[in-house]
Amino acid sequence: MNFRKYLFILIPYSWLVALFLVPFIIVVKMSLSDGVMAIPPYTPYLTLTEGWAGITNFFTNLDFENFIFLTEDNLYWIAYLSSLKIAAISTVITLLVGYPIAYGMANASNEWRPTLIMLVILPFWTSFLIRIYSWMGILSQEGFLNQFLLWLGIIDQPLTLLNTNIAVYIGIVYTYLPFMILPIYASLEKLDLSLLEAAKDLGCNRTQSFWLVTVPLSKAGIIAGCFLVFIPVIGEFVIPSLLGGADTLMIGTILWQEFFANRDWPVASAVAVILLLILMVPIILFQRSEQKQREAE
Amino acid sequence: MNKIIVSLIATLMVSTSVAQAGEVRVYNWSDYIDESLIKKFEQETGDKLIYDVFDTNELLETKLLAGGSGYDVVVPSASFLQRQINIGVFQKLDYAKLSNASNLWSIIKDHTNKYDPDNAYSINYMWGTTGIGINVDKVKEVLGDDAPVNSLALIFDPKNMKKLAACGVHLLDAPAEMIPAALKYIGEDPDSKDLEVIAKVEPIFAAIRPYVTKFHSSEYVNALANGDICVAFGYSGDILQSRDRAAEADNGVKVTYNIASEGAVMWFDQMAIPADAPNPEGAHKFLNFMLDANNMATASNYVYYANGNLASQKLLEKEVLEDEGIYPTDATLNNLFTTTAYGSKVQRKVTRMWTKIKSGT
Repeated sequence: MNFRKYLFILIPYSWLVALFLVPFIIVVKMSLSDGVMAIPPYTPYLTLTEGWAGITNFFTNLDFENFIFLTEDNLYWIAYLSSLKIAAISTVITLLVGYPIAYGMANASNEWRPTLIMLVILPFWTSFLIRIYSWMGILSQEGFLNQFLLWLGIIDQPLTLLNTNIAVYIGIVYTYLPFMILPIYASLEKLDLSLLEAAKDLGCNRTQSFWLVTVPLSKAGIIAGCFLVFIPVIGEFVIPSLLGGADTLMIGTILWQEFFANRDWPVASAVAVILLLILMVPIILFQRSEQKQREAE
Repeated sequence: MNKIIVSLIATLMVSTSVAQAGEVRVYNWSDYIDESLIKKFEQETGDKLIYDVFDTNELLETKLLAGGSGYDVVVPSASFLQRQINIGVFQKLDYAKLSNASNLWSIIKDHTNKYDPDNAYSINYMWGTTGIGINVDKVKEVLGDDAPVNSLALIFDPKNMKKLAACGVHLLDAPAEMIPAALKYIGEDPDSKDLEVIAKVEPIFAAIRPYVTKFHSSEYVNALANGDICVAFGYSGDILQSRDRAAEADNGVKVTYNIASEGAVMWFDQMAIPADAPNPEGAHKFLNFMLDANNMATASNYVYYANGNLASQKLLEKEVLEDEGIYPTDATLNNLFTTTAYGSKVQRKVTRMWTKIKSGT
């Protein structure tokens, strides 16, 4: 009996070890080595064939200079902070846009709900890259949005949207909106309607009962949605590089530059390790809130 | 960048699958071949040709340095090829299998000798220049009829750029191309590796930075053709392809390519075989196929880049051979210069400076 239980646990854990822990250890190892022009472009290179000498040699050659290097140039901190800022702002916008949609879906009649969920999920059927590419077409100077606004007479000069931070925000909010809507919808759908009736009986008007009953009860959904948006957006690379301008500084693009332009795999790995550490903070907070939620239930 | 991602995904898939006999895997620049040649190669040899694309030398180099790229033929620029040869990325060519090598053009061979002595590891695919692409009507509208359209002053003089900003300017997101041009503009050695000299271009770029729409190495082909931008500093053939796309679309956009009168970078893209190529036999077959005068002419007629194949010249379309933007006149040719790659330390400083130029940080 016990054996079977462990076997069941073993499968997911071995996945975690193979797909997360092992790659992470490789990245950490790389971040502690030196860059050279060779194949692969870093050293020391752990050679097990040399036996114990190889291992001691490997450890004596390790140093933290790549991490020290990151503290010497403020570019990296500015890029981390800028990524955090972009992630925070887009999370708030996504929440403001996503909550009303989720609320509307949860309050729709039963026959409409599957269709509405379908409409939220539908964009996933098209490649993410193609959807971002179409935003390039929509936001460009000669693009659909400018043409439409010109036609309406709202503007008389085409707006510069593409290659600005505004375009990055639009792209991020568009892409991550379903990740906000679905968890909020899931928590709103479970909402016990009799609680709202009780609030009404106790003298709440609709606005008051929304803020005092609906929002607190959907808190778990809001938190889950915010983390599902915030965490991946920090490391986002595709959206800023396609829609952003040269002044859109995100850690994903810095990482690309270290890896490809400088061929400095060790520094690139150091940037990635620190990014992971930064991400651990919200992830731990997320788990705490999940745990509290479970304890409350 | 989008192409980078697509090709990353594509090549991830390639490198994970095991190479099979009778398969030749080629990794070349985006928009750089007449696709009919792929079918023709497959018909002639019976081998399957898998053709992937990249859009920066850096992407290719990272793959090569990681090892086991799975490609049989890759096409780096000569300046990158040089240092890649030094660390043993490539295998020596077996000229016995390249019966068409006699078609090569000695002038281009002489130039590429500097990077790959005796062309032991590589042969030229195409070569070109880096210069100025303009939307003629828009630039004249903004700067007047006497706009300096064939001078580096068009992009490095803030006075001109301030006005051009309204219609859009793209510069290459490639410090190895942009810094030599700026050095040439201020009269310094464009191939300088001296950090003090290189640092002199920073204020030049800082002054024009506010007026640059985007730094990107491939988007300008479409942007120029659509009329989204009016000036691009880019690769000769890309701008000429843009010219043709605009003409085909018949959208009233007229694009021209000018080699700056101050001088321009002359670059060479070289076909080479990685040391760990799964199918070197097939790679030589592909190289020999591309050395065929007829095939090379087909490629150049399509992509508007000059090639290093002398025999192909009589098969080129007149509008390609006689276009001074593709095959420059002797006077212009003498004014062109070549550059070599930066060393690791200088490269890091250059990348850092480039980030500062682009983002202000």
